[in-house]
Amino acid sequence: MSGTGPLGAAGAVLRRDLTLFFRHRSDIINPLLFFIIVVTLVPLGVGPEESTLRVMAPGVVWVAALLAAMLSLEGIFRSDFDDGSLEQLVISPQPLALLVLAKVFAHWLVSGLPLVVLGPVLGASLFLPDRAMGTLVLSLLLGTPILSLIGAIGVALTVGVQRGGVLLSLLVLPLYIPVLIFGASAVSSAAAGLPVIGPLALLGALLALALTLAPLGAAAALRISLS
Amino acid sequence: MGRFRPGAETDRFGIRIAASGNGVHVTLCRPGRRPCIWLHLATAGTVADKATVDDRPEIAALARRAPRLEARALECVRNDRVLFHDLDAALEPGQVLQVEGPNGCGKTSLLRILCGLSLPGAGEVYWGDAPLPEVRAEYYEALAYVGHRHGVKGELTPIENLRFHRALAGGTPDRVPGDALAHLGLEGFEDVPCRTLSEGQRRRVALARLLMTRRPLWILDEPLTALDRSGVAVVEGLIRDHARSGGMVMITTHQAIRLEGCVLGRLRLGG
Amino acid sequence: MKRVQRGEVAIPTSITRRLWAFFHRLASPRYFYELAGKLVPWLGWGTVLLLAAGLYGGLWFAPADYQQGDAYRIIFIHVPAAWMSLFVYVLMAGAGFIGLVWRIKIADVVAKTCAPIGASFAFLTLCTGSLWGKPMWGTYWVWDARLTSELILLFLYLGYIALESAIEDRRTAARASSVLALVGVVNIPIIHYSVDWWHTLHQGPTVFKLGGPSISLDMLVPLLLMTLAFKLFFFTMLLVRARTEVLEREANSAWVRETVTSQ
Repeated sequence: MSGTGPLGAAGAVLRRDLTLFFRHRSDIINPLLFFIIVVTLVPLGVGPEESTLRVMAPGVVWVAALLAAMLSLEGIFRSDFDDGSLEQLVISPQPLALLVLAKVFAHWLVSGLPLVVLGPVLGASLFLPDRAMGTLVLSLLLGTPILSLIGAIGVALTVGVQRGGVLLSLLVLPLYIPVLIFGASAVSSAAAGLPVIGPLALLGALLALALTLAPLGAAAALRISLS
Repeated sequence: MGRFRPGAETDRFGIRIAASGNGVHVTLCRPGRRPCIWLHLATAGTVADKATVDDRPEIAALARRAPRLEARALECVRNDRVLFHDLDAALEPGQVLQVEGPNGCGKTSLLRILCGLSLPGAGEVYWGDAPLPEVRAEYYEALAYVGHRHGVKGELTPIENLRFHRALAGGTPDRVPGDALAHLGLEGFEDVPCRTLSEGQRRRVALARLLMTRRPLWILDEPLTALDRSGVAVVEGLIRDHARSGGMVMITTHQAIRLEGCVLGRLRLGG
Repeated sequence: MKRVQRGEVAIPTSITRRLWAFFHRLASPRYFYELAGKLVPWLGWGTVLLLAAGLYGGLWFAPADYQQGDAYRIIFIHVPAAWMSLFVYVLMAGAGFIGLVWRIKIADVVAKTCAPIGASFAFLTLCTGSLWGKPMWGTYWVWDARLTSELILLFLYLGYIALESAIEDRRTAARASSVLALVGVVNIPIIHYSVDWWHTLHQGPTVFKLGGPSISLDMLVPLLLMTLAFKLFFFTMLLVRARTEVLEREANSAWVRETVTSQ
């Protein structure tokens, strides 16, 4: 029960954020609905031909996942900033980057993981071949945490700005491009029966890089935004 | 005065004073760290085992030498307007410092600078003899801050709020959350979400954090806002007890606050 | 006016002493303003001369390309602009880093001033690229790897400018946008290689390589002259804009009032 140093504090942050998300379920569900609706719009826009949709499926699922992840980003820090909890995090004796990592992980569990689960369903609705499903799941599993991690820096930078939502997308979307490229091309390769190890390995490398650097960047950005 | 008695007991800041054969040891026992002897006074056997520190005021003074908080030549600029400049202030253990001034004179900015949340335009904050950025971790182990935005989560209950705060603060807790809430007059509200509480009750939850952790330095920004008369009395009591046991309090308030028996300093901003 | 700030380290002895003293003085807004004022005319005239020489060399002296005719001559604008757009971003991030770590105001000013100039270079690159694309590819835009990377670089610049202008407090704005520039600088190589990789995956090798090693000396010399001219142009613009910015930021200080009233 009592605080047990940095890891205990990070665990407490994780537990608290998960509790908060579950008491505010709409924050989790709305981006998921958005994800589903965007994918549904595509056949309505380009026509229901199986051949067209099959080619587009990897890109569409990944772009929709990108946008859905971005929509939910503000939840990482916004409410904590508004009620002053963020100040308490910053002036706690625990390493801020670790607390940020715990918050990002909590956010990914409720916003990124559902995308991973929903991905194959939406892929199937766009006639993505079965043999690409495993790669789709794996690429989303490796890619969505990167989206949350990079996004955390963006939110941390814009959290002090009134109506920072559009600004956030302007900052974050260009940085998401490598994830989109490697994620979508892994799925395309799998659909075409080509080897997928290359793009997946690159996604893994990006994830390792983001895990190491992004919490530090987000922590620095938070200190700046609070000042 | 008079809380420090040579013996095995540790006071609330983790300071233990023990008489030994040739003098007095002042030992610093912080949770999770090895106790370290801070000071050894050789008194050539003049201190009897049962002597209280009251009888030897110099020891009491030394024992209370928690680091002092000092602001040197601070300047604060907001949107090209200089709120204050060349501001010097010091807060010693056992003191209460009340920051006064009209709205917009930089009281909150000053407190945020002292917390290390904002950067001063010029000048430096010192904790002990070291500039704040160099001793950030130690400073945050000593600081409790209740800000204007009080950091109470509306979706969580008061108990959950305090538990989270305790885990965040680390170390061993001073009191269990239930006791702290009871002290602030919140019995019966432990398990309702904070957003259903009134503003004054939420502020009480925020102030209950002060009792959860052993922090020598309290920085309180308008802690009396939205509190009723009994709430004000409780907070006054908290501050008095804290100062008497060697703590430091920095406070801003627009309301009258009665702190009899405290070493009360005033810092006036904005003319 | 200001006392020594934290981070302005004690001046080391011996050789580096003079250099340190110079940087120390450069960090003072007034000294920077005056020094920049003296440098601007030199840089300006240097730009004009180099630009004239480079344009003469590029438009008249260099022979027409056997494949592309005269259309290729746009590279004398396009390639230096592309190089500058990247150079300016790195410089901006470097200045941002210095401002973040040592809290030197002039570094913040330089970083902020770099952004619109760099964005203009990126925009110029895209415009000239698409103009060149019309006779070469038959359309104004193709998803060529270089052009796509350049477009993303422009987005990064615009994001930086948007963040810098959205935050009200100048110092917070400078520090926040510096963090963004550093994140961008880490990402630029990743973005660049991912786009290259994406391009080879989808379209095969690039149709035409600009500024490859096979370029003839008649073309290379004007290209280098133009690159140098663009660099001088950039520094001229940087100093002119930075001077204005310094005046605005220091508007309350005595020396600015003196300077303004004496003119």
